[in-house]
Amino acid sequence: MPQSHGKAPVAGRTRRAAGWYSRVVIVPPAFVMTANPANSSPESRPDAVVSENLCRYYAMGQTLIRAVDGVSFHIQAGEFTALLGSSGSGKSSLLNLIAGLDRPSSGAVVVEGRNLAQLSREELAQHRLHTVGMVFQSFNLIPSMTLIENVELPLRFAEADRGMRDGLTRQALDRVGLGARATHRPSELSGGEQQRAALARALINQPRLLLADEPTGNLDSRNGAEIMNLIREFNESLGMTVILVTHERALAERYAKRLLFLADGKLTGDQQINGLPPTQPSGQPSGAQP
Amino acid sequence: MKAYDLAELALRNLRESVLRNSLTTAGISVGVASLVAMLSLGIGLQQLAARRLQKSGLFDTVVVSSRRDLRGFNRDEERNGPAPAESPTLNETARQKIEKIPHVREAYPDIRFVTELRYQDKPHLGMVAGLPFSAKSNDAFDGMQGQFFSSDGAAEAILQKSFAAELLGRHSEPDDNTNVAELAAPLLGKELVMRYAQRVASPENEHPGAPQTMDDALTAAAYSVVSRVQTLKIIGVSDLDPDSMRGTARARVFIPLQLAENLHIMQASDLRDSTPSSGSEPAYATVGVRVDSPKYVPTVEESVKKMGFNAFSIVDATRSVRQFFAVLDLFLGIFGSLALAVASIGIVNTLVMAILERRREIGIMKAIGASDGDVKKLFFAEAGVMGLFGGAVGVMLGWMIGRVINLGTNVYLKRQHFPPEQIWYVPWWLVGGAIVFALIVSLLSGLYPAARAARLDPVQALRYE
Repeated sequence: MPQSHGKAPVAGRTRRAAGWYSRVVIVPPAFVMTANPANSSPESRPDAVVSENLCRYYAMGQTLIRAVDGVSFHIQAGEFTALLGSSGSGKSSLLNLIAGLDRPSSGAVVVEGRNLAQLSREELAQHRLHTVGMVFQSFNLIPSMTLIENVELPLRFAEADRGMRDGLTRQALDRVGLGARATHRPSELSGGEQQRAALARALINQPRLLLADEPTGNLDSRNGAEIMNLIREFNESLGMTVILVTHERALAERYAKRLLFLADGKLTGDQQINGLPPTQPSGQPSGAQP
Repeated sequence: MKAYDLAELALRNLRESVLRNSLTTAGISVGVASLVAMLSLGIGLQQLAARRLQKSGLFDTVVVSSRRDLRGFNRDEERNGPAPAESPTLNETARQKIEKIPHVREAYPDIRFVTELRYQDKPHLGMVAGLPFSAKSNDAFDGMQGQFFSSDGAAEAILQKSFAAELLGRHSEPDDNTNVAELAAPLLGKELVMRYAQRVASPENEHPGAPQTMDDALTAAAYSVVSRVQTLKIIGVSDLDPDSMRGTARARVFIPLQLAENLHIMQASDLRDSTPSSGSEPAYATVGVRVDSPKYVPTVEESVKKMGFNAFSIVDATRSVRQFFAVLDLFLGIFGSLALAVASIGIVNTLVMAILERRREIGIMKAIGASDGDVKKLFFAEAGVMGLFGGAVGVMLGWMIGRVINLGTNVYLKRQHFPPEQIWYVPWWLVGGAIVFALIVSLLSGLYPAARAARLDPVQALRYE
């Protein structure tokens, strides 16, 4: 089910974005239907991410590193899932595969109905631009650009209308509480502020999926909580599917509704939080926790 | 990404490492400057040569001579076409025929002879040439003192500057800068007595026609030579030689062509014409053909050659000059381009360095949705901006270098007592061409770095610190 990522959907998305930031409910009917899948019944929710026997191997000299080794799971639209595992367990590699930054060695990863393993480089770029938003442990803002330029960058790649860009970018910065610091460079901001700016950038193109790779890893607990609260807000109010990569189980349990455990590239556990029934990952033993 | 965004991002990226990018751009500028300076000098020299040739006033003239004379200007012409003995005679009939060729304004016989000219009872020897009335418009008479012939048959003479100096008893150098007006003042209106040999047809030769017998032929060719005297009024002194194409046969005194024809002066070629087959009609050594415009010269020349005559024009002479300058321009251009080639290596280096430096940035851009094409175009745009800036600055720099060289040359010329010359010229096509060339060279230099940046694996690039 390949979806088109031409210019028309971008325009639609920007219209939606304007409504979203200003919290005015002038949204197209399609948006109302899918606005918040988290609030609809679990049965009616479509799968946002499906992983089928997903593998990613790296050759390192003579040895083969199995970063992701036969992982299968389904993540429903609007779900807040945490990928838990120790360092080197393959959780970041798995996230990169879902983000379309990397290609699987074998197996399939289907995001929003598109098998990323079959997409061209150009289509993967479109996937990263429109379908997913990413935040990283090290923020990854471009140091030579001001905050507003950093946040605007995905709109440039999406060829969004110039007249609308400035307004959208400022709204996004206001939303994360950085409206006053728009013209500052990343180096002039605290870690928490930088990560908030990175969040604003990740959401500027209105993706359906937010991928966060240890977003609080470089932050103190107060700033970390602030970021996590923002992510939860996006998940709950906008119905975004969130996949959080972390090694902090407490953090995962506090915010996520589902925990996936990874060890040595394999899925070792799948746990639902808040009393929701667990989803059975196909071909994987469920409930096995480290 | 849209072109405007590309340009904006490229400019901001270039501003980020302003020193390195400025130095690279300066490298391109020096390359373009050397190219522009070299070519502008080449073009300037070519134009100087063209101006010099144009000043001769014979740019629109084809000189026709008979192949019988065996003194063609081009050896190839002598080998091709009819043998000299079989070729037609260059006589009045031929002249009229030549005059009917399209785009020919006039065809006038060239009458010139060496004779004695007496001024204030002192004899002088000089080459006298008949000048058609139409030569009045010749550039050579622009700086003339006095006036042009009052009519085509008037007993008047225009003197060449050096001859005027000789009449006044002054020693004259060929490239002397003596004022013409100074020479003309005492001479204008004075009389010059010309002694000449008149060719008079023999009384037996009353029935011209094809010779029937050997005797007839001899009779037909027979004529007597009578010594005559003609008084001429000096009406002008010319600075330039309107006849400069002729080299050794340069005339020093000009008389109206009609007058020269009427005098039936015995010419050097008449001796050759006394061979039997030439007939009774006097033949001309050469016929000057004036063409409507220099662009018709080659076609008229071709038509004349088809008639079996030798034809020579200044266009022929300029062809070799132009060939020389084409080679000169090529070499100057190659030397100029060498600097640009070195500059292009600088662009490659700068951009490859930029990739290493901005590896992480490229990774970030890809992570947030930049396609390979976006990254490639961005690096391409950066190379293009450097090329465009370098080209524009280079053209200005080259223009200034050319100007300075021109200035220096003129200072030197002035010291050597030569008039100043413009030896440097920057045409608009060179300005545009140099900038476009710099842009193309820069884009080509950006090909490899751009492709390399686009191929970067985002996962690897993001790991890079």
